[in-house]
Amino acid sequence: MQLRLIKDKIISKLMLVFTLASVSLVIIIGVGLYYRSLPVLNNSSWGQLLSSSVWKPMKGLFGFYPFIMGTLWVTAISIIIALPLCLLTSFYLSEYAHTRVKRILIPFVNLLSGIPPVIFGVWGVLFIVPLVQNHIAPHFVEYSTGYSVLAGGLVLAVMIFPLIVSIVNEVLNTIPQELKDASLALGATKWETIKKVTIRKALPGIVAATVLAISRAFGETIAVLMVCGNNAIVPHSVFDTGYPLPALIANNYGEMMSIPLYDSALMFAALLLFIIILLFNVISRIILNRLERNLAG
Amino acid sequence: MIKRKLEELFIKILMILATILVVGSFFLIVGTIFSKGLPYMTWDMITKIPGGGFYIGKEGGVLNAIIGSLYVAGGATVSGLIISIPVAIFINMYLSGKNFITDVLRTVFDVLFGIPSIVYGAFGFLIMVYFGLRASLLGGIIAVTLLVIPLLVRTLDEVIRTVPGELRDAALSLGSTRWETAKVVLRQIRPGIFTAILLSFGRGIGDVASVLFTAGFSDNIPTSLHEPAATLPLAIFFQLGSPVEEVQGRAYASALILTIVVLIITVLSEILIKKFSKHKI
Repeated sequence: MQLRLIKDKIISKLMLVFTLASVSLVIIIGVGLYYRSLPVLNNSSWGQLLSSSVWKPMKGLFGFYPFIMGTLWVTAISIIIALPLCLLTSFYLSEYAHTRVKRILIPFVNLLSGIPPVIFGVWGVLFIVPLVQNHIAPHFVEYSTGYSVLAGGLVLAVMIFPLIVSIVNEVLNTIPQELKDASLALGATKWETIKKVTIRKALPGIVAATVLAISRAFGETIAVLMVCGNNAIVPHSVFDTGYPLPALIANNYGEMMSIPLYDSALMFAALLLFIIILLFNVISRIILNRLERNLAG
Repeated sequence: MIKRKLEELFIKILMILATILVVGSFFLIVGTIFSKGLPYMTWDMITKIPGGGFYIGKEGGVLNAIIGSLYVAGGATVSGLIISIPVAIFINMYLSGKNFITDVLRTVFDVLFGIPSIVYGAFGFLIMVYFGLRASLLGGIIAVTLLVIPLLVRTLDEVIRTVPGELRDAALSLGSTRWETAKVVLRQIRPGIFTAILLSFGRGIGDVASVLFTAGFSDNIPTSLHEPAATLPLAIFFQLGSPVEEVQGRAYASALILTIVVLIITVLSEILIKKFSKHKI
């Protein structure tokens, strides 16, 4: 009897340790990255690092502005493309589509979410880049290789489709049928019901899904790296090349140990990504959890 | 009146088009990979390691990367499970009733899940530098383990929550300790654990950014934890950057292999999830 209780006590303590260790990962990652980026932070201030666009690692000059802008461009393009498409898809799946159609289509959305980033990258190189080069860019600019922030945004848009569709779908399922019925019974069309009732009720969830999608797009590395062209300049049009932060880290890991402060600068890039994504994630999760709790309560 | 009907029709057509585009993108990707990869697919690709001059188009295959990926994803899934099963049980069995704490913990794991793999890669690299490890299979497994823990914890947590509370109460009221009750619950969620394993394996085998710094690359199949290991996604990435057409073709074939593996894993886990929710009380 005593033995069983002792066993329970020991196991519970062990589990507590495991839980605390994995939860504190958030803090450890942040502190670790901050600690490693101290050398470059001692050399120049946060403001300098974020606003300078001079990137000359050999001279110890690290300006992250072009990379931040590169990240913002691809992220913005991907959200602008993906959000309307995904909202329309989610509304169709949850309000219009027959259950049978739904049962066939939703698994494919899940399959899309299982495809690894590098495959999206290969697809981007094989399909999106030529598409931009031969069919989109010629209408607007004289010449483009296709490797551009637009190509990065398009690939990212497809990558975040499943994320937005599945979260918005879940949010839409939480909206009480009575509300919609009331609107329909008053003679509103389905679309009017969506426009005036469903969207209003689902707005926090849609915002949360968008914020999550932004943070996902923000941190995506390899697929973007393969199609963006990777030039350390600030893009001025969608057909310019860009060099997002994650691509910068991934592309230079080989040489970073041979140049002083370089590794520290790259860790600073990782720290930046970490902080921004942490903030976005916390915000969207708090919104989503509140929604879930409202539903339960 | 007619305007409203027209608007309804217009939007409905837009919705259908959007749905076709979103669902169709899956077929577009898989179709592209298959049509480009199949012509270069040979038996050698999956049975041989790179021979001399492989990277200028001579013979060989990517067996080293296939095995390396299996090792990394398998090792990470096993060590991830060892950590996340106790965590999921702790949250559900030992902290039940303390809603605020469990909410906070769940949010933290959700947030960890959202941290991109490049950050886990960079952090894994820091750990390795700290302990004086070189890029190796072990390094790769550590980084990918960190990456899959949040996924595992969240999946297991969801699964454990589907176990009816009465079952737990029954076990507890018969005098079982919480750990003995946990064992009963674990038996109930066996298919759920299997789903979690598949999801984690799928995530681990496909990820590049986390192994880029940590696992290194090698033309040989690693024989110990301290040797560098090639991984399939990295092999694809490197080969695609080659100017030699033959090598690029191999990148497409490797992409095809990875796509098939991941699709099988995803389909299996979908089926399992469906089965699991069917038997739910």
